[in-house]
Amino acid sequence: MAKITLKDLSHSYLEKQNNNSDWALRDVNIDWKDGGAYALLGPSGCGKTTLLNIISGLLKPTKGSVLFNDKDMTSLNPVERDIAQIFQFPVIYDTMSVYDNLAFPLKNRGLSELEVASKVKEIAEMLELTSTLNNRASGLTADGKQKISLGRGLVRSDVNVIMFDEPLTVIDPHLKWVLRSKLKELHQKINRTMIYVTHDQTEALTFADQVVVMHEGQIVQTGTPVELFEKPKHTFVGHFIGSPGMNILPCEIKNGEINFSGQKIQSHKAIKKSNFSKTQIGIRPEFINFSKDGIPVKIKRVSNTGRHKIVDTECNGGNIKILSNASTAIPSGDAYITFNQKYTYVYGDNWIIE
Amino acid sequence: MNKTINQKAWYFVIPVFVLVAFNAAIPLMTVVNYSFQETFGNNVFAWEGTRWFKQILLSERFHASLGRQFAFTFIILLIQIPLGIAIALTMPKKGWGVPVCLILMSMPLLIPWNVVGAMWNIFALPDIGFLGYSLNAMGFDYNFTQQPGDAWFTTILMDVWHWTSLVVLLSYAGLNSIQPAYYQAAEIDGASRWATFRYIELPKMKKVLTLAILLRFMDSFMIYTEPFVLTGGGPGNTTAFLSIDLVKMALGQFDLGPAAAMSLIYFFIVLLVCWVFYNLMMKNEAQS
Repeated sequence: MAKITLKDLSHSYLEKQNNNSDWALRDVNIDWKDGGAYALLGPSGCGKTTLLNIISGLLKPTKGSVLFNDKDMTSLNPVERDIAQIFQFPVIYDTMSVYDNLAFPLKNRGLSELEVASKVKEIAEMLELTSTLNNRASGLTADGKQKISLGRGLVRSDVNVIMFDEPLTVIDPHLKWVLRSKLKELHQKINRTMIYVTHDQTEALTFADQVVVMHEGQIVQTGTPVELFEKPKHTFVGHFIGSPGMNILPCEIKNGEINFSGQKIQSHKAIKKSNFSKTQIGIRPEFINFSKDGIPVKIKRVSNTGRHKIVDTECNGGNIKILSNASTAIPSGDAYITFNQKYTYVYGDNWIIE
Repeated sequence: MNKTINQKAWYFVIPVFVLVAFNAAIPLMTVVNYSFQETFGNNVFAWEGTRWFKQILLSERFHASLGRQFAFTFIILLIQIPLGIAIALTMPKKGWGVPVCLILMSMPLLIPWNVVGAMWNIFALPDIGFLGYSLNAMGFDYNFTQQPGDAWFTTILMDVWHWTSLVVLLSYAGLNSIQPAYYQAAEIDGASRWATFRYIELPKMKKVLTLAILLRFMDSFMIYTEPFVLTGGGPGNTTAFLSIDLVKMALGQFDLGPAAAMSLIYFFIVLLVCWVFYNLMMKNEAQS
């Protein structure tokens, strides 16, 4: 078990880097606490897997260092780092039995037959693989194979960190739930640092205590699911988390006043100055109400999701989404809306102004 | 809906039918025809029943050439398969080395059989050939035209040179289809280089290797042109493999009946070995 620190980490797959887009990772600084359950969330191609492979030692970073318990591990290989990693596609050793698959990482480290047997038995029980232990691994279904991959990661009790790289991609939706809660349960039982990479916000938010959101090779925010929802620090977080995502609306700031569509808007904090090339306000659809006066909008479409109504409105050529209770009466045609001041944020060049 | 009945589409099958008839069915039936009869030319035939088959199966000459054939095929498979895998493993996976290696590897495969035989014949000549001269200069008493051991050595070396590339290319394709995650998982599991080969690379190459072994078995079992040009079956009969012996019998001695019977037996041996081998491999597959 270990605390993991990433210091000034940057990585590029190219020999020469000319601009920001040549970097797969840029200036990543983060501390992962010992025993924490973390999710690494972001769209495909944002650098999640690169970051994971750097932590595991499969990849050497172009710049910066990786520390386990404040000890520099940057130049060590995966075996020396003592980590476990589970991949997107089930990786099994086809010709081995389920038992031998699970025993493989232990045998490679020279454990005695007796120790191997007891550990494999324990992990097989945890993952409900006991009845198939003697079968050929290649005959199993996709989720059975992925369970073996998980098992090989979990079977060693001494690992510093267990990393999951979108491990449930190939699993059926209803089994995803089962396996995900199994992982959560395992985390509580064995209390090891776990890093879970995913592009699925539900997966990230249900698994992790702390979610790290990545965007174009940078970490844009780290926080609990509630923090990410209530106070996105970057417009990308607002947009990516939540369904529908945050409304990001262009605004002007003059003399400490925020102007949107000719209306004065109050944000969660007074804005003193603005020297940004682009300023926007962000407001979640959940925190917009219909009212007698305020910002004039035109209602375009109402979709009912059962528990909620999603209202698409038009305002000054832009779109604003509003989420209201299924029981709320929705005006038709022209209407007025107000923003909940507490959850109205101002973003300068996509970063929150505080 | 009523379908219009029109059987004219069958005419489209005629070209295939004719082609198959002329290049496979009719020649094969001719062979079958010869194998049961005796002929003295002038289209006069006499029924012999299974006599030629019995004669071939009991003849020492056939046993000897069949033995040589199995020995040759076994030896070249034993060399070419491991060597091919080894070369494929050391070939680069990316960069400019890939096309260079692939082209170098394909070269021997593109050379016609008789040219290969002629090339090696000259190459191995003890007085002027580079290989033969060098070996003798190094103190080896090497002469493939007179010493059976040297003739075998040269024939095998020639076949290895000509055909190992096929195994290399197939293995290389098999290796390249392995997802990088397998290597990464093995690295994390602490697998040694040997274990990675044994439990990841070899099982993933199984299908292409089955194909490689089958192709190399069939080709080497039916080898004719290269040894014919290189050694002509000699010295004596020491490198007279099945097909060389068969041609001698059919065209040299004009024993058409026994030669036809031998052809059929030859054909059935190839078929049988392929069938047994393929089923063994597939039976393994079904278990997994």
